[in-house]
Amino acid sequence: MMPFLKVDHVSKSFARGNATTEVLRDIDLTIERGSYVSIIGHSGCGKSTLLNLVAGLTSITTGAILLENQEVREPGPDRAVVFQNHSLLPWLTVYANVKLAVDKVFGATKPRSERHDWTMHNLELVQMVHAKDKLPAEISGGMKQRVGIARALAMEPKVLLLDEPFGALDALTRAHLQDSVMQIHARLGNTVIMITHDVDEAVLLSDRIVMMTNGPSATIGEVLDVPLPRPRKRLELSSDPTYLRARETVLKFLYERHRAPALQAA
Amino acid sequence: MTAQSAHTLIVDTPAASPAVPAAVRSKEAQVLAFAPPRAPLGERVWGTVQSWLAVIVPPIIVLCALLLVWELASSGPKSSLPAPSRIWADAKDLIVDPFFVNGPQDIGLGLRVLKSLERVVMGFGLAAVGGILLGALVGQSVWAMRGLDPIFQVLRTVPPLAWLPISLAAFRDANPSAIFVIFITAIWPIIINTSVGIRNIPQDYRNVAAVLRLNHLEFFWRIMIPSAAPYIFTGLRIGIGLSWLAIVAAEMLTGGVGIGFFIWDAWNSSRLSDIVVALVYIGVVGFVLDRLVAGIGHLATRGTQAT
Repeated sequence: MMPFLKVDHVSKSFARGNATTEVLRDIDLTIERGSYVSIIGHSGCGKSTLLNLVAGLTSITTGAILLENQEVREPGPDRAVVFQNHSLLPWLTVYANVKLAVDKVFGATKPRSERHDWTMHNLELVQMVHAKDKLPAEISGGMKQRVGIARALAMEPKVLLLDEPFGALDALTRAHLQDSVMQIHARLGNTVIMITHDVDEAVLLSDRIVMMTNGPSATIGEVLDVPLPRPRKRLELSSDPTYLRARETVLKFLYERHRAPALQAA
Repeated sequence: MTAQSAHTLIVDTPAASPAVPAAVRSKEAQVLAFAPPRAPLGERVWGTVQSWLAVIVPPIIVLCALLLVWELASSGPKSSLPAPSRIWADAKDLIVDPFFVNGPQDIGLGLRVLKSLERVVMGFGLAAVGGILLGALVGQSVWAMRGLDPIFQVLRTVPPLAWLPISLAAFRDANPSAIFVIFITAIWPIIINTSVGIRNIPQDYRNVAAVLRLNHLEFFWRIMIPSAAPYIFTGLRIGIGLSWLAIVAAEMLTGGVGIGFFIWDAWNSSRLSDIVVALVYIGVVGFVLDRLVAGIGHLATRGTQAT
């Protein structure tokens, strides 16, 4: 069977003047339709670069990325990104931010009233209808991230790319939003790639966890399957042996075998 | 004041919680009788008036003092400049009625200012449109910046009036020449500020635009203009100030009905009092123009600051 998303021996180097830095080396990864994959690693290991390559925001140096056998060359709404810092346009209301994406993606295929309904539907999915006429500056960080997710979902992407989507949030808001993302994933069955540096978040949400070695020239160190049944309940999992084993594997990878460079020096 | 607030607070609390015995409530209510409920409102109004007075009184005092010094300094028989009292006597008609019409060349200063403003609006309007478009080009394209920026840096230092002979030669008419001088004076700060604003568009917004595949026109209207708006309005504000500086000088040379020519004409007829009145007009109108653009900018850039 043809893989849904294939990252085929991708390397990425950045050139600055005469110096060339290799950030990613020989990344090889296959992702099935509907699966939730997390990419975890220490900061500076190039995980965001990998996501940007899949999004098409950064160009690949060698290798290729194939989405449904089509090569990824440029950004597009079939690979919607939820950015770490929400990236809502501050001069547009919550509704207008989502509507901009809807109008752009479905402007040619859906009439105006359907586009409005679709915008509202996606705001409902993230429970943000009550704040639809507010500006981003008037809502909390968690709410902004919800709107960011609604905007990405509204594009009906083939792959949803989450770039540390909960990184800037407090613990309670983060847990709440993680639950929302799990519900949405269960309901819509999207394919999701999420960048994170939070071990619990990775284990709780993912079907597979891709662990990255430290940069420069970072690559995939190990891939862990998380065979936990869905729907997953945060509280029940805290004593589940499979959950604990998965958590331990990731922790050992990150803190024993591939410690952060700063920690090694200390 | 503090005591009154304290009592109000105490009365509020029992009213909110019915568990408190009625006797306590009535006792506290009696204490309240010393402080009429209207009093805090009155004090608030008085407070507002006071803060207004604090803003208005110092400039009035300073102005009166300056006028007095001026009056004393120019009161001598050999004084070369008119004293305020002399100006009032000479130019009362100009001060009292800005919009009189006594003939084609004898009109109120308000009408002259309007004539000058008409030129400024045209020249500045063209400069705003052209400046924002050129600024967007220079801010967006590295090649355009490298090619155009040196030219802009040289041309922007040319004083406004130095453009006048060449524009008179090109347009062969005073009015379009004056408008061109306004245009060429106001356009540089608009170009430069717009391009800085465009260069400062956060990468996040560019990424959003890329994922959505916005085309160039959509990117210009949906991302560039709103995101660079604070910078653009800074440029427009500097531009309108320079326009107003340039129009007076340009009109002195081109003639016509504007406020600039009025000053030149008054100088040639030794009507110094009229010149002083005209200067006040120019200052006030310049101030109002600046505030107007700043106000529009304030309204238009609401919500553009990312958090």
